[in-house]
Amino acid sequence: MRRRNGPLFWATLAILTVVFVGPLLLILLTSFKTQSEARSVPPTWIPQEWTLRAYDVLFFQDAASPVLRWFANSMVAATLHSALVVTVCSMAGYALARMEFRFKKAIFAGIIMTLFVPGFIFLMPNFLILDQLGWLDTIWALVVPGAAGAFGVFFMRQFFIGLPKELEESARLDGASPFRTFRSVVLPNARPALVTLAVLSFLANWNDFIWPIYVLFSPERLTLPAGLSRLQGAYTIDYPVVMAGAMLAAIPVLLIYSFVQRYVIEGVASSGVKG
Amino acid sequence: MAVTTTQPPRPASGAEPAPGGRRSRGRTSGIHGSRWTPYLFLAPFLALFTVFVLVPGVLGVWISLHSWDFLLPNKPFVGGQNYVDLFDSSSVQFESFWNGMKATAFFVLISVPFLVVLPLLLAILLNRRFPGRTFFRAIFFAPFVLGVAVIGLMWAYLLDPSFGLVNGLLGAVGLPDDTAWTTSQPYAWISLAGVTIWWTMGFNAVIYLAGLGDIPPDHYEAAELDGASAWQQLRYITIPGLRPVLIFVVITTILASANMFGQSYLITQGGPGDTTRTAIMVITDLGLSQYRMGEASAMSYVLAVFLSLIALVNFWALREKK
Repeated sequence: MRRRNGPLFWATLAILTVVFVGPLLLILLTSFKTQSEARSVPPTWIPQEWTLRAYDVLFFQDAASPVLRWFANSMVAATLHSALVVTVCSMAGYALARMEFRFKKAIFAGIIMTLFVPGFIFLMPNFLILDQLGWLDTIWALVVPGAAGAFGVFFMRQFFIGLPKELEESARLDGASPFRTFRSVVLPNARPALVTLAVLSFLANWNDFIWPIYVLFSPERLTLPAGLSRLQGAYTIDYPVVMAGAMLAAIPVLLIYSFVQRYVIEGVASSGVKG
Repeated sequence: MAVTTTQPPRPASGAEPAPGGRRSRGRTSGIHGSRWTPYLFLAPFLALFTVFVLVPGVLGVWISLHSWDFLLPNKPFVGGQNYVDLFDSSSVQFESFWNGMKATAFFVLISVPFLVVLPLLLAILLNRRFPGRTFFRAIFFAPFVLGVAVIGLMWAYLLDPSFGLVNGLLGAVGLPDDTAWTTSQPYAWISLAGVTIWWTMGFNAVIYLAGLGDIPPDHYEAAELDGASAWQQLRYITIPGLRPVLIFVVITTILASANMFGQSYLITQGGPGDTTRTAIMVITDLGLSQYRMGEASAMSYVLAVFLSLIALVNFWALREKK
């Protein structure tokens, strides 16, 4: 694979770039069109008349679709979820990587096995459990159940196994408690893994669709993706408003992604190689 | 400084207060603290795992053995009746369930081959050495970081028969510009598969890329010295070298495609007719909209059994052959 990269190679890359970026760009442009221009035949590519009307409608004009509220709900839920995942998974992953105790193998195997169980079988029973807890139609329905996934524990365990033991040994000899060692020596050295897991959990929670549309009911409690699907029903012909909503959901994740794309991609890649 | 066990900082609600270790003075027993220390580290996760994975795993089976209507006070035990009904063509759910299973199976069949092959080609392309490699990798992966709601809404508009930019583009280059991409077959399936490929292909490509990085470059150098063509290199070095990764990609892609929900929900609304109403749409609609959870749980277990069988068959077929 060390042949020179000719014009054909670069042309292929250019075409693929247009295919992957083009649709997103067209949606962004559509969100700045007037309602009638978005429905013109043949369609225009660049807006003939630029307008912020769609964003004005989206943010300020429609009390039945509190989009800014949905945005805040999504942000708070994804942040709390991500913090919870990182906390519980790093602790559990550390115990499974570094400590010896009874039933360790069985506990680890039990957790890993659930990686292979399709998520949809938990939909109905978890709905009932949330009902029992009184968490339906609350933010806890979004934050907590997903944090029980096996991936984070597996991911953190793999990372801790690869970490050199010397630092912990010396902390222990200095008389630090296990928890203190974990917090002040292990976690600071686990930064890349923690960032990766935090970002992946945030993205997954921000993007989740099937769960919020069924466990949230009140319009003001929806997340952005769940709200967007209502918006699609409410603005069947006002495409710029729906596309502005899609952009509102897309831009934060694209921004995060552009800053930490290496962590995201390497986190994903490691799931395949080690899995 | 205390060397005995400390409590975790933020015990998750429901975590059992494990008996703290006064008995061990740390240092002597094992690597860390008292023998309760590992369990304290595990407790928050295990509490969540118990409540939201283990209990629901069992509860789901229990529900499926009842005529479980969430809105009714009585949930009579019916044994295996919900399962029997799924295989009885005169039952109420038979047709919609198997229609959904058929739609899901069809979507798996038309999407998975492309999602296995195209990302491999993309990964081979990106595995070359060239300036901007990381940048292009990031670009091709970008759609995957977006949620299905964003993808669904944007493609619903782009594929609109009258005002959509897909038909607009086709018209601009002189091709038919009136295809009903979302409301007629086979175009609705082509659209859903195409959107899914566009959305998730970067994910598989990144997994392949990691696998390609593990194939020693000198294998290719030796092959080139022997005059092996590009195709022979792919056939005899790349694909065998990627075998474990390939198994992972095939199985996870089948499972992902079998879970298809949002694309149909937002782009075709299950139509035209019920043709793109997938099994997950049938299950969630019955269980979480109509609240008939017993039948819906039975359906979800039948689907899960099918998927496990398919995963096993693939694992067996793709394993290293002696």
